[in-house]
Amino acid sequence: MAFDLNDGSVVVIIGSGSGGGTLGNELAQKGVKAVILEAGSRIEIPDFVNNEWDAFTQLAWKDMRTTSGNWRVAQDFPNLPAWIVKAVGGTSVHWAGASLRFRDDEFRAKSTYGGLQGANLLDWPITLQDLEPYYARAEDKMGVTRTNGIPGLPGNNNYKVMEAGARAVGYKDVSTGRMAINSQPRHGRGACQQIGFCFEGCKSGAKWSTLYTEIPAAEKTGNIEVRPDSMVLQVEHDASGKASGVVYADANGTHHRQKARVVAIAGNSLETPRLLLNSATAMFPDGLANSSGQVGRNYMRHTTGSVYGIFDKPVHMYRGTTMAGIIRDEQRNDPSRGFFGGYEMETISLGVPFAAAFYNPGAWGRGFTSLMDDYPNTAGIWIVGEDMPQETNRVTLDGTAKDKFGLPVASVHYDDHPNDAAMREHGFKQGSSVYEAVGATRVLRTPPYPSTHNLGTSRMSARARDGVVNKWGQTHDIPNLFVSDGSQFTSSAGCNPTLTIVTLAIRQADHIADSMSKNEI
Amino acid sequence: MRQVEKRLQIDRRLFLRGAASAVPAAAVLAAGVGTAGAAWADDAKALKQATLVTLAHMARDIYPHDQIPDRFYVAAVTPFDAKAQADDAMRLMYEDGVARLNGDAQDRFKTAYIDVPEESDRVVLLTGIELTPFFGHVRGGLVVSLYNQPEIWHRFGYEGSSSEFGGYLHRGFNDIDWLPAV
Ligand SMILES: Cc1cc2nc3c(=O)[nH]c(=O)nc-3n(C[C@H](O)[C@H](O)[C@H](O)COP(=O)(O)OP(=O)(O)OC[C@H]3O[C@@H](n4cnc5c(N)ncnc54)[C@H](O)[C@@H]3O)c2cc1C
Ligand code: SF4
Repeated sequence: MAFDLNDGSVVVIIGSGSGGGTLGNELAQKGVKAVILEAGSRIEIPDFVNNEWDAFTQLAWKDMRTTSGNWRVAQDFPNLPAWIVKAVGGTSVHWAGASLRFRDDEFRAKSTYGGLQGANLLDWPITLQDLEPYYARAEDKMGVTRTNGIPGLPGNNNYKVMEAGARAVGYKDVSTGRMAINSQPRHGRGACQQIGFCFEGCKSGAKWSTLYTEIPAAEKTGNIEVRPDSMVLQVEHDASGKASGVVYADANGTHHRQKARVVAIAGNSLETPRLLLNSATAMFPDGLANSSGQVGRNYMRHTTGSVYGIFDKPVHMYRGTTMAGIIRDEQRNDPSRGFFGGYEMETISLGVPFAAAFYNPGAWGRGFTSLMDDYPNTAGIWIVGEDMPQETNRVTLDGTAKDKFGLPVASVHYDDHPNDAAMREHGFKQGSSVYEAVGATRVLRTPPYPSTHNLGTSRMSARARDGVVNKWGQTHDIPNLFVSDGSQFTSSAGCNPTLTIVTLAIRQADHIADSMSKNEI
Repeated sequence: MRQVEKRLQIDRRLFLRGAASAVPAAAVLAAGVGTAGAAWADDAKALKQATLVTLAHMARDIYPHDQIPDRFYVAAVTPFDAKAQADDAMRLMYEDGVARLNGDAQDRFKTAYIDVPEESDRVVLLTGIELTPFFGHVRGGLVVSLYNQPEIWHRFGYEGSSSEFGGYLHRGFNDIDWLPAV
């Protein structure tokens, strides 16, 4: 279905990833008409390649960004703060599928952690109870294993090493996890073939991605139009201060104005605040929805790091599902460990090209190459834990660098909070002991990769002065302007974010459809 | 467990093609990477022949893998020649960087970099320029151009693309056999 540029009755959704793609489908199923504008191209399953750099070149967001702060990413990858996708389906094309619910206390970060110095903590305006029915819908939609009677995935070699080590050190909550990857055929998609290139786009379609689930389902209703190669440059408003439409550039750079009744931004946590800031006008000189001054602030990216264990015998970690393996015992708030919040340990594997680039960026000589020589005998664990929101960790508009449309690019500043550093150190130690318990002869601590989880830059708050959006993801300042991605997160919680992003999008769709039918927006 | 054959499978086409580059394999093998008159470097378009040879030698010293033949290091440095051709500032950076490295080698070991016999001595010279943009650029380029050559992956026990073989579902995704029982 194609909509006219002057059709001001549509909902315009910016971004087609986990948040935007889900919102689009949920609205479409309710009969709400929407246009999804996606900056990237439409690249389908047959186009995916089992090659790390080729897939990165094909799918990733490579446009200029800048960095600062004491995080090591700024030193290793100064123009690649985040590893996210620019294509239809967004980062749900690259993601690994780990799908975990937040714990109840993780929605109450401020009440639970108190006045932790340097942290801009706040409780979410919603509770786990509010989200439970929507979590259930998200798990069903995404086909999450170990929910809805779906069996867990079989463990691969990388998992078996981690599991044996975990049991040996006394961990109890160890499994192949809750994964949005079919362990058996479901909803017209087949079962995982253990291809091992989950990060490069799943060629079997076993892994949930909005590209081949939500988006085609939405298109089938006739209520949705997806426009790829459409980069939104500005959200516009009318004289009353309500959002009226967006200006975007097509593949040729030609500008168009799409009118809208409602605008929902789901560009991932770097582009969403950038767009709000780049949309500043005389009426909103600090950017749209920014009366609190919180747009772009409280950027979170999870406390991460990897541990690679090298053994005297082969592992072949790259065979099979990349992230179907988890130890959950450390995912609890137990300040006696020296930090607030918790973390998960999940299996991870990199192929030879990415191992070379990411094991220890900048390293060279025989100390490094001996690691590569032991590649087949290597197993990997990824640490993902709650990081603290800080006002000074933020996305701003770069003072000099501009994109090809002449707009300032996103500049990402991140300093580790002492709590983050203490948690990472704990994770490094625990991950190492897991591998040492089953005979690792060498253990490598790998620093964080460019951020795959990007959160918090338009956060939810009960009061307008503390954040950017309310409990529906609706901006406090502009009632028909919504944020529909991980930017809404008030705190990051100690687990992967996407199940919660999808859950919030389903809930938001109900709210938008309801408010539209009542003519409230 | 199904293991990966690490010996180089002599694929005749690949052998003659000489890895990913246009360099005649026979010439590489005859001359090796190391000598200043290496015939493969005759193909240099923008860089001096000796500069390209030095870069190839640096490549092995930066990422030394004794099981990887010279021609893959040659293939890994040829993109630098293309960059030098496209951008004169880059050409100057390579030429100046190599000249500095040779100057340091002369000061310390009274010979050109590639003629310093011990790897450990060459590593001392590289450590001396480690913080220069030249070294950073060469290392950062090599980490992709060396390790992204599919022809060498099996030498690291990595099998590359798998979807065309039906993934690892029936090819050993869970065949590990040496772990203690849990
Ligand atoms: C390698 C990798 C592995 C991961 N594994 C997991 C995992 O196991 N579990 C988990 O929970 N999460 C995982 N993630 C994170 C997960 O992919 C993201 O959290 C999620 O996809 C974010 O959803 P989003 O809707 O916020 O943004 P995205 O999915 O990134 O979508 C944003 C879209 O908006 C588009 N866009 C941006 N700006 C504009 C604009 N101005 N105009 C038009 N379009 C625009 C972008 O091109 C993009 O397509 C992983 C990520 C990576 C990279
Ligand atoms: S391992 Fe499974 S989920 Fe991952 S890419 Fe392969 S088939 Fe898809």
